[in-house]
Amino acid sequence: MSAQRVFMKGNEAACEGAFRAGCKFFAGYPITPQNEVPEYMSKHIWDHGGTFIQSESEVAAINMLMGASAAGARAMTSSSSPGISLKQEGISYIAMSELPCVVMNVVRCGPGLGNIAPHQGDYFQATRGGGHGDYRTITLAPNSVQEMAQFVYLAFELADKWRNPALVLSDGTIGQMMEPVDFSEMPYVEPPDKSDWCLNAHQEGRERHLITTIYLLAEDMAPVHERLVKKYERIKKAEVRYTDYMSDDAEILIVAIGSPSRVARSAIKAGREEGLKLGLLRPITVWPFPYGVIRQYAESDRVKAIVVTEMNWGQMVEDVAMAVSGKKPVHFVPKHGGLTFTPEDMLEPIRAIRENPMNPETLWVQT
Amino acid sequence: MEAVPEKKRVTVDGQDYELVFGRPASLTSKPFTYCPGCNHGTIHRLVAEVIDELGIQHRCVGMASVGCSVFSYEFFDFDFISCAHGRALAVATGVKRVQPDTVVLSYQGDGDLAAIGTAETIHAANRGERITTIFVNNAIYGMTGGQMAPTTIIGQRTTTTPEGRDEHRIGWLIRMSEMLALLPGVSFVARTTCHDAKSILKTKVAIKKAFRAQLEDRGFSMVEILSNCNVNWRMTPQDAVNWVGEEMTKVFPPGTYKDVFAEDQEKARADAPSKTKAQSSEKTEV
Repeated sequence: MSAQRVFMKGNEAACEGAFRAGCKFFAGYPITPQNEVPEYMSKHIWDHGGTFIQSESEVAAINMLMGASAAGARAMTSSSSPGISLKQEGISYIAMSELPCVVMNVVRCGPGLGNIAPHQGDYFQATRGGGHGDYRTITLAPNSVQEMAQFVYLAFELADKWRNPALVLSDGTIGQMMEPVDFSEMPYVEPPDKSDWCLNAHQEGRERHLITTIYLLAEDMAPVHERLVKKYERIKKAEVRYTDYMSDDAEILIVAIGSPSRVARSAIKAGREEGLKLGLLRPITVWPFPYGVIRQYAESDRVKAIVVTEMNWGQMVEDVAMAVSGKKPVHFVPKHGGLTFTPEDMLEPIRAIRENPMNPETLWVQT
Repeated sequence: MEAVPEKKRVTVDGQDYELVFGRPASLTSKPFTYCPGCNHGTIHRLVAEVIDELGIQHRCVGMASVGCSVFSYEFFDFDFISCAHGRALAVATGVKRVQPDTVVLSYQGDGDLAAIGTAETIHAANRGERITTIFVNNAIYGMTGGQMAPTTIIGQRTTTTPEGRDEHRIGWLIRMSEMLALLPGVSFVARTTCHDAKSILKTKVAIKKAFRAQLEDRGFSMVEILSNCNVNWRMTPQDAVNWVGEEMTKVFPPGTYKDVFAEDQEKARADAPSKTKAQSSEKTEV
């Protein structure tokens, strides 16, 4: 595909972002609402000199990724919530092996099979590691088709930069909808050379390369952990990304990601027409989370309350509450079961919050 | 006249000797840490000898699995990756697809390959991945202390079948070589043992064929090697070795279950007489 501006689906745009980043390996398994990803990959990745495998399971797909990444390729998989749960074993091993890869989650409603409607119930899983052991994954949250492409592209860059898995935490709405995408900022790049550490067939005259996650002695494991902790601290300092909308004079700050952040923009416009001074803070990286900027808003005299809107039972709100540290009331406005927000769903509780910033109906109380 | 290869010589305590038997280059200098009497050491050595003989040491990439051979990468001297339990063949698939010039080896036990990794095993084989698997079947979970394996034989006592494996309660044992032989993606599958010198030599021949199948891009290849676990079988090393030869081989018959090289020869033979027939019919017409 050579055109710079194309009208396409979020899931397909993600694939184009991957091709431009030099993705050479994709393994995946069918699950709604991300099926366009393996379908598009299976059709086009060969033209980019890559390989597609429809794996026997999500578990196999993530482990194939581990092999592909260990062999030096930029590699990606995608799935939706139940499938991402299955991938967690592999993500833990990949993080501990310090291998780069990109995992996209087009989140649907859980727990269990749930349904195929858009949801945000995997926020904790994405931002706290998700599998066993201590580790973190760099996690980007797109809210448009443009960002599906752009964030996959960026995720490859960050994954290689830090030798760590990078997640793209999307949702069913963003994956399924169509919008124009501008690829002019995403030139095709050659993946970086990893021959100094990857597994390959050119071992003559060099030390062998070993990739492992097992250190039986605590004395051997502790320095590895310390090194990883330091790496994660550096990522926290270097990679926090967020964007805001009309937040300069906002008295009530909405914090949202993914499709609810789009509805929030409409709510802010409508709210301002009736005199509600609303603004939006949208984290782009949810790990590392933009605690600092949210704290700054919380410390401003202008801001009366902070409202978190999520399509779940309350997950990102905990990060926001941690950033706010009790300086301002934090409110939680949820949508359950795969239902999606209308601007009025947000405005109604916000009106009550303006009347009473401690309105117990929506006040988030840390339990 | 052919040049006679120079004989390798070593000096021990000032005495000069001719070296007739040494450590394969594909093994590191680390001494094996396996239990005395265990066959892992023998099997490691056979694999390393084959790799040396084929001249592929610096192209090999190994998949270490989970079980007693979790540290196999400490003994094999080439690139290695340690995989999650059961996932070696999925990781191997990723490596081989990205680096087709590598010679990919997975070294797995029965719990890894035939229980938790059954799906990965069957599908890697069915995709015809150009990978060689060494499957060490000792009918028990060794590293975790002797629990029942998918390959534990009926009546065998383990820590989770204290009264002996009862097929009506627990199910029957699973025969992986026979199963995999049915898949068109598989080029070579053989079951061998290491309970005596003759069987060890046969095992080496099979391992070599399995690697040849990969080198010639013929598909997935596997050698299942019946091994012992004298510690968890609660036997002396000698009794354990005898038990492999006398009891295990009854339910896990050694043999070649799939062999594309033999099929090639068969085909060549089948083609040959039909040619003669065609020639003779031509003669009759004349």
